[in-house]
Amino acid sequence: MRTVRLAQPADFGAWRVRARALAAARVRPEDILWQVGGDDGDLFGAGADDSVEADAPARTLNVPRGFIDLAAQAICHSDPERFGLLYRLLLRLQDDPHLFRVATDPDVHRAEAMARAVRRDLHKMTAFVRFREVRDETGAEAFVAWFEPEHFIVERVASFFVKRFSSMRWSILTPSRSLHWDGATLHLAAGATRADAPDGDAIEVHWRTYYTNIFNPARLKIKAMKAEMPMKYWRNLPEAGLISPLIAGAPRRAREMIMNDPTPAPERHVRQTRRHPVQEPTPLDTLPRSLVEAAAAARDCARCGLCRHATQTVFGEGPLDAPVMFVGEQPGDHEDLAGRPFVGPAGRLFDRTLADAGIDRSRAYVTNAVKHFKFSLRGKRRIHQKPDAGEVQACRFWLGLERDFVKPRLIVSLGATALHALTGHAATLSSLRGRDLVLDDGARLIATVHPSYLLRLPDEATRVRESARFLADMKRILALAPVMRRADAAA
Amino acid sequence: MAQLGTIEKLAILSDAAKYDASCASSATTKRDSLGGKGIGSTTGSGICHSYAPDGRCISLLKILLTNFCSYDCVFCINRSSSNVRRARFSVEEVVDLTLNFYKRNYIEGLFLSSGIIRSPDYTMAEMVRVAESLRVDHGFRGYIHLKLIPSASPDLVARAGLFADRVSINVELPSEVSLKRFAPEKRAPEIGAAMGRLRLGIEESREARRTSRKAPSFAPAGQSTQMIVGADGASDAAILDRSAQLYGAFGLKRVYYSAFSPIPDSSRHLPLSEPPLMREHRLYQADWLTRFYGFEVEEILDAQSGDMLDLDIDPKLAWALRHRGRFPVDVNRADRETLLRVPGLGARSVKRILETRRFRRLRLEDVGRLARSLSTLRHFIVAEGWRPGAALDADRLRQRFAPRPQQLALL
Repeated sequence: MRTVRLAQPADFGAWRVRARALAAARVRPEDILWQVGGDDGDLFGAGADDSVEADAPARTLNVPRGFIDLAAQAICHSDPERFGLLYRLLLRLQDDPHLFRVATDPDVHRAEAMARAVRRDLHKMTAFVRFREVRDETGAEAFVAWFEPEHFIVERVASFFVKRFSSMRWSILTPSRSLHWDGATLHLAAGATRADAPDGDAIEVHWRTYYTNIFNPARLKIKAMKAEMPMKYWRNLPEAGLISPLIAGAPRRAREMIMNDPTPAPERHVRQTRRHPVQEPTPLDTLPRSLVEAAAAARDCARCGLCRHATQTVFGEGPLDAPVMFVGEQPGDHEDLAGRPFVGPAGRLFDRTLADAGIDRSRAYVTNAVKHFKFSLRGKRRIHQKPDAGEVQACRFWLGLERDFVKPRLIVSLGATALHALTGHAATLSSLRGRDLVLDDGARLIATVHPSYLLRLPDEATRVRESARFLADMKRILALAPVMRRADAAA
Repeated sequence: MAQLGTIEKLAILSDAAKYDASCASSATTKRDSLGGKGIGSTTGSGICHSYAPDGRCISLLKILLTNFCSYDCVFCINRSSSNVRRARFSVEEVVDLTLNFYKRNYIEGLFLSSGIIRSPDYTMAEMVRVAESLRVDHGFRGYIHLKLIPSASPDLVARAGLFADRVSINVELPSEVSLKRFAPEKRAPEIGAAMGRLRLGIEESREARRTSRKAPSFAPAGQSTQMIVGADGASDAAILDRSAQLYGAFGLKRVYYSAFSPIPDSSRHLPLSEPPLMREHRLYQADWLTRFYGFEVEEILDAQSGDMLDLDIDPKLAWALRHRGRFPVDVNRADRETLLRVPGLGARSVKRILETRRFRRLRLEDVGRLARSLSTLRHFIVAEGWRPGAALDADRLRQRFAPRPQQLALL
């Protein structure tokens, strides 16, 4: 039997050096007794460590990266068997390099459980350390905490507190080790006792006030609390003393909230309601008298079912005296979120084409045949769906108002839905494209494709050809309405 | 009225804030204050610094700037017609409290909400001042969650997103009809429009930061929302359907469900009873199934199940019992999607099963080491040397899993 002594209970580097040498010497796990310095000072003097000389026949040790991480965590566990378990794993890994991935193996399973317990303890320490303010010899602010971790995690957790509180000066005292941060350097020192830490802080009464009042007595879930904040931590939490009185008083408080009669509203409320009665959105009993009124009324439109799932009504926009009106199909995902027409991918292509054609979009009125986004939900994605004839018909009301108020001389339908909404009949786009059309109110109609059609075309050659056709249509519009020319566009 | 001290205000304004379920401090950018003059850091997953006996985590200082409110939302403790005590913090008081709590490691940061005073813009501007002071004057690098007011001006919202990690707007109730009835001053289209703008802002900033680290961040921890459960008559199916729409439309990090809870001085228009905590729990489980387990809402609640979740057993088990033909599943062969649907297997267990079975055939006791418990699971799987036998076909399978009826008690 060999005794191997480590100076610190969780010094992974030291264990690694020893384990390497032992493995090289092919020492069997059951022949090693691992000890931590100071554990049994009387029994084992300084000479009790049976060091292994590194000159034994070298054996290359290969371990997966993940094992190093796991072992570095598991070594912090308080279980005295951790050194032996990790050493055994190290040897077994030499014969079976995949062993580490076999989570069902009892050794791997146990090492992982240890690492998990250490991670949890680490996390709980970052959560439950409570600093108390002290004044140092110069009268400057400093903070001291007393904490009792379950495992040997103090050094591992130090970086968390350094990163978070680097501009403060603080100490964390624990039974095994202590951390001292002076604002620039971290000092590790010996363990301390609770008596070394301050026993109060003026802010704690605020903290307890908060804890008391953020608790809802109508929903006691004591088991859930204890699962996440185990009682072993309570003795160092300034709020923990409140737990049992809060629990004891909760049923009565909950009952009172249920039983007590409502009180009459305070005078302030009565005055306020008299001054500002809640404005119900006025139902549309008369026709809107202006475009602004129409847009406002359309916000609450429920003429078809699309309003149920769409975010908002996307009404048209543009100057009231616009000579040209563009009509698309319906708002897409982006338009639905932004509340404005033609601002998504198809809108950007539309803008680019107008610019190429020399048309000033801000001079045009841009809208859609249907004002709500229609889609089907696939997981978290909203997939565009074509509006049906009923929805188009329901929304013609708004499109009609827009046409009445803007009175454009030229209307451009983008895509088949817009064409059908404007003409009211089902002639195909291909049969009407490029023809001179006149609507019933005398406005000229130009039928072209929707820009999203160009985005969907799969092959490059077709896309180039169709984009050119679309651009030609836009140029034709400019020819018919030269006033739409961009200020910077060449004549 | 006598001036209230900070402690009295804190008592009133934390009492007023507790009905918002969110306390998350996760999913933001990683920061620390190494070498700097500021204070604070964020970790990826957030930290819960304490737990109250209601089982809720305390991660942030969750308070209202003021509980004076001109709105009269029936379900709310702060509605204008209530006689609760009122208080108002100054910007400086909130900043000091946050820093004092933070320095003592009580909290990850601040979750600030407010009743609406004077105007939505005035209130929003005051809240933004708190966040700005923490970030700019004090170099605060901890977590900030700001509750936004839907009708606040886009400029103020943009500033809020500049200082906040997370922003949220509550939809409050599952349907527009209920909202009209219980929150007459709030308008559903306005709430939706505001959440839509938030999504675009968050995505735009994320896109810009992909190319330049210096681009300003806008709510890097995203947005969330909350729905009150049990105040109106909405079914679980309606609630889950609404959630699916919300996740799809606004890319929310979370939808929080808050069981309607009795409040001090409550209104006569609402059910006065104990909060439906089990219902809330089942909704969260169902929400999880849609987000991490590949379930659609229509599968969780279908024609056979009706539109309410089973309170006795969890929704995944309920689904499995309705689809017994799909079980038992062979843990040594089934693909990930199938394993995720097995009652008793979580996402992590599935991952470990998939990894381990590349090297070993799994026996039942192996699965026991990879999963939390075998008690339910064993009836739904086949493993090396294990078949569940006839139990799965037994008519009384559901009864076997449902808890025995017991006397309910408060303690």
